[in-house]
Formats: sequence, structure tokens, C-alpha cells
Amino acid sequence: MAAADPLVVVDDLNIVYRVFGSRADRGTAATAFLRILRRQHRPSVREVHAIRGVSFVANRGDAVGVIGRNGSGKSTLLRAIAGLLPPESGAVYTTGHASLLGVNAALLDDLTGERNVVVCGLAMGMTPREVKERYQGIVDFSGVGDFINLPMNAYSTGMGSRLRFAIASARSHDVLLIDEALVTGDAEFRVKSRQRIEELRAQAGTVFIVAHSMAQIEETCNRVIWLEKGKIVQAGDDVPGIIDAYLAATGGQPLNRGNAKN
Amino acid sequence: MSERTTRVKGGRALSGPGDGHAVPAPSPATQGLLPDEPLAELAARHGLTLSSARPGPGVYLRQLWQRRHFVLAFATARNIAMYSEARLGQVWQILTPLLNAAVYFLIFGVILDTRRGVPNFIAFLVTGIFIFNFTQRSFIIASRVINDTRELIRALHFPRACLPLGYIVIELQQMLISMVVLIVIVLATGEPITWYWLMVLPAIALQTLFNVGVGFILARIGAGVEDVSQLIPFIVRTWMYASGVMFFIPALSTLYLHAKLSYLMQINPAAVYIALVRNSLLTSLRHTVAGYRPYNRQLCAAGLHQQAHGVLHPALLNSCHLVVGNSSLWLYGVGWAIAAIVIGYLFFWQAEVTYGRG
Repeated sequence: MAAADPLVVVDDLNIVYRVFGSRADRGTAATAFLRILRRQHRPSVREVHAIRGVSFVANRGDAVGVIGRNGSGKSTLLRAIAGLLPPESGAVYTTGHASLLGVNAALLDDLTGERNVVVCGLAMGMTPREVKERYQGIVDFSGVGDFINLPMNAYSTGMGSRLRFAIASARSHDVLLIDEALVTGDAEFRVKSRQRIEELRAQAGTVFIVAHSMAQIEETCNRVIWLEKGKIVQAGDDVPGIIDAYLAATGGQPLNRGNAKN
Repeated sequence: MSERTTRVKGGRALSGPGDGHAVPAPSPATQGLLPDEPLAELAARHGLTLSSARPGPGVYLRQLWQRRHFVLAFATARNIAMYSEARLGQVWQILTPLLNAAVYFLIFGVILDTRRGVPNFIAFLVTGIFIFNFTQRSFIIASRVINDTRELIRALHFPRACLPLGYIVIELQQMLISMVVLIVIVLATGEPITWYWLMVLPAIALQTLFNVGVGFILARIGAGVEDVSQLIPFIVRTWMYASGVMFFIPALSTLYLHAKLSYLMQINPAAVYIALVRNSLLTSLRHTVAGYRPYNRQLCAAGLHQQAHGVLHPALLNSCHLVVGNSSLWLYGVGWAIAAIVIGYLFFWQAEVTYGRG
């Protein structure tokens, strides 16, 4: 790999969510009205400190896996890197823009896959000609076939996430953030997407992957960050070591490395 | 360079595979991907910028221009989706304005009969409804746009101003279809085709700028406070009744002795754009207005006094109509448009990084 060339620098990042309507509010019109009569404000704004002082540097060509239990702040971290969540304190530095690819993020659900490819391609800053040139490649890669002419809300979960991955990875990104995107794909698509991630890395980008499948992280990533309650427990290049430690700590089965090509 | 590189790459103080089975406590030593120098300096040295940074207003405008194809494609796609569930599909683009015109004509033309002082009431009313509808729908949809497209905002990076712009482009397309219907109605009611008709184009261009500007403001407010998008329809409806959509403001007899109020009503942006289009399209209205004398409160009061005693004195009553002249209307039209677009653009741009959060 080339000399270290940082693409993402996260400096003592803190992210705080403000959640409205946490308790004592059943959300009916009557309770809302009573609240106004009693001159109370919005019911107890609760603060959720999702990321607490995280710092790391990721270089050009890295594929960074982010692991941790549910609610440990993995997705929040990705969204902060993408610039979609303003930090409470600290900072995230990147080159240009990071693109977040979430498995749950519907694009334009009531539109056909075809239109989604075009509109999202343009939104990512491609010219109409580039979109036209890459259109067939995107559709072929996603493997949705004839479904491309149907609205995306008719897609299965796997098809939708495959198309989203195909769209987002059609352009080389400086920083690509993938949130559980590959979990729903079938075996064939996982092989293809792993190749694509390798290509993106080779095209001098950084890829971040959030996934619950440790085997997948280990296959794809050269570094890993283990988050627990918004803090880094371990981070580094020793992917199998950190994954083993994580699995041991969470009571998971150790990985059977016979299958993983490493 | 190379020394630092190995340090970053090497990942200092990591737990090895062997000792990893105990739960390690989080400590600075375990944060293995850190160099020694301050991170902010490292980032600056490699030309990295804050991910949540907002570009300057000029740069933002250039980014917006780069995404013009996206704005159009997004608008077209939404427009198609909007009617895809309806059996008649795109026919609704023409049916909706026609039905609107029919309902308002039934209520205001037939039942309430607000046609006072207007020679060609159907064309007058339909012009008012279509022009106001453009502003009304732009405002309502702009106040919802950020919440409606949150998924897209969270998934992809693009200047968020594309979204209100795209939605208003849809409304503009809808408006232009309505204009075709309007032209047919205007011709069918006996108005002649004149060169004045060309003035409709700058009038609609100014109105579009105004809609985009206020749309930006409403989009930002609606993104933060969802209650606003619930309120907007009521505010806009109240505004409609104050803008002379279904009556001719100078001919409203309750305003005969309230010149200032009449003036204020006529220079409000919706009334201005409606009046500009009407004055361009409707020769009959221009002729009527030409018959009015300049406003004179004394003469008007005298005329009203005589009218109360059963004597109609048309010459005196003709001094009652405070008509804001066409050149003033154009000035107000340009003023409102520029003020709205400048303030709206800056206001929307200020909150660029906060959209889609939460």
C-alpha cells in the first residue's frame, strides 16, 4: 500500500441526539392539549450521548470495519463521518464528501429502479452523459433484472439494497460508508460486492463498513474499530485479534477461520 | 513522513490475538489508529476539511448550478410518481385546474356573485385561481420537502436547495399546463389576442422567483418545526381571500373609503402577480380600469352619500376606485421577487448542514 495519506480524521468526536417525547406522553391530542394548558414545554427533551470522544485516522486505501453491539453508536459514527450529523464537540475532517450507503435508507421508494438510478446518479454529481454510460453497468451489477422497471417499493429487501449498493458504488468515492448493506445480499452478490469494495479501495478511497457479520468484516477489512457505548474499546490493523476479543466479550462463537480466506 | 507512516500503519499498543479474550477497558492506549501529532494539524496538512462544513453562498450557488440536471430529473420523476396511482394518470394535470375553476365559479360566480365591476368574470376568476394556486401549492409543498425527502438527504450528498427547487419546478410545470387551459378559457370568453399577452411570461418568471424565495424560507422552517407545514394551508387560504382572487380589489365597495387598506391589498405579492397576468391577458379589464377616474375621497364620499339616498351618480362613484397602476405593479413585482429570492436563499443556505438530522 502507498504511504499513509489520511482521508478521514476524527478528532475527539462527541455526538448528542436530542430525543423528543420520551416519557409521560402518550402522544394523543388530549395529552398534547393538557400539556399546553399546563404551560409545559415539549415533553422532556432527552439527550442521548451516542458518541463519546472518538478519535482515529483512516488512510487512503483502507477498508475499516466498525463493530459493536446494537446501539453502540456504529451507524451514528458513519453518519457523522458523512457530515449528516453535526458534532456536539470535536470534529470530523474528510476530503470532499463521504457517501453513506445504508441498507434501510430508501431512495425514492415510489419511483422505478430505473428512475432511481438516473436521479441518484445525478444527485451524486454525475453528468447526464455519465449516467447514461454507466446505467447498464449499474443495472447489471445490481442483478435486479426486469424489476428495474418496477417501483422500488415492489422490491424485496435484498433487491433494494443491491440496487442501492450498485448506485452508490457506481462512482468512485473518496470515502464510502456502508451500513449493513451487504448482509441482505445473497452469496453471489456478496462475492460481487466484495470485489467492488476492493476496486473502490484500489481507486484510492476509504471504505467504512458496519456489519454484524464478523466473517464479512474479516474478509473485507484491513482495520477494525470496536465501539462500545459510544467509545472505542479497540481499534487497529489486527482484524482477527480484535474480532476474537469482541466475540469473546459478547459471548459469540469464535470464528471458524477455515472458511475465511485471509 | 515514512517514520510517521509506520507509526500510523503499525497500530501501536494493540492487543494481540492471544491476550484479546479479556474485556479490555477503553483507554487511550487502545485507540490504535492515532498518530502523535494533534489531529486538527494532521487534517489541515493533508487538506482535509470539516465534513459538516458549509460552503460559502457563492460556492453553494455554483454547486447548485452543477446539479441542475438533478433538479429537473427529480422534478420529472416526482411528477410522474404523483399521478402514477391514478387511473387517469397525467390527465389530472389538466383536470385538476379545470375542476378548481369550476368549483370557484360555482361558488363565487353563481352563488355569491362577486363579479361586481368585472366585465369578463370567468376569465378573471380563472386567472386569479391559477396564478394563486401556483404560489399556494409551492408554499405548501416547500414546507414539507425536507421531511418528505429525508431518506434521500441522509443517503446522498448534494446541495439541499435542489429539493425545494425541484418541487417548485414541478409546480411550474403544472402551472404552465394550467396556462394552456387558461388561454383556451380566455379566448372562449371573447378576449382578443394582443401583444400584451407576452407580458404574461415575465410576470410568471417573477412569480416563480418569489415562490422559490419564500419556498426556501418555508422549507427551512418546516424542516425544524413540523407544526408549520400543518399551519401553512390555513395561512395561505386566508391570504387568498385578501389577494383579490375572486373579486376585483378596486371595485370592492367596502374599501371605497379606505384607500390605504385597498393600496396595501393591491401591492401584496399574490395580488401583484395576479393583477399583472390579468392586465396582460384581459383586454376587457384594461378597458374598464381605463374608464375609472383618479381616486378622490371627497367625490367618492359624495357619490356614496347620494347613492344612499337613492340617487346613482356614476361619475362620482367612478372616483372611488383606487387602482394601482401597471408600472407600479411591475416595480412591486420585481421588488418582491428579488427580496424573496435573496433573503430566502441566504436563509436556507445558513442551515444547510442541519437538514436531515435527527
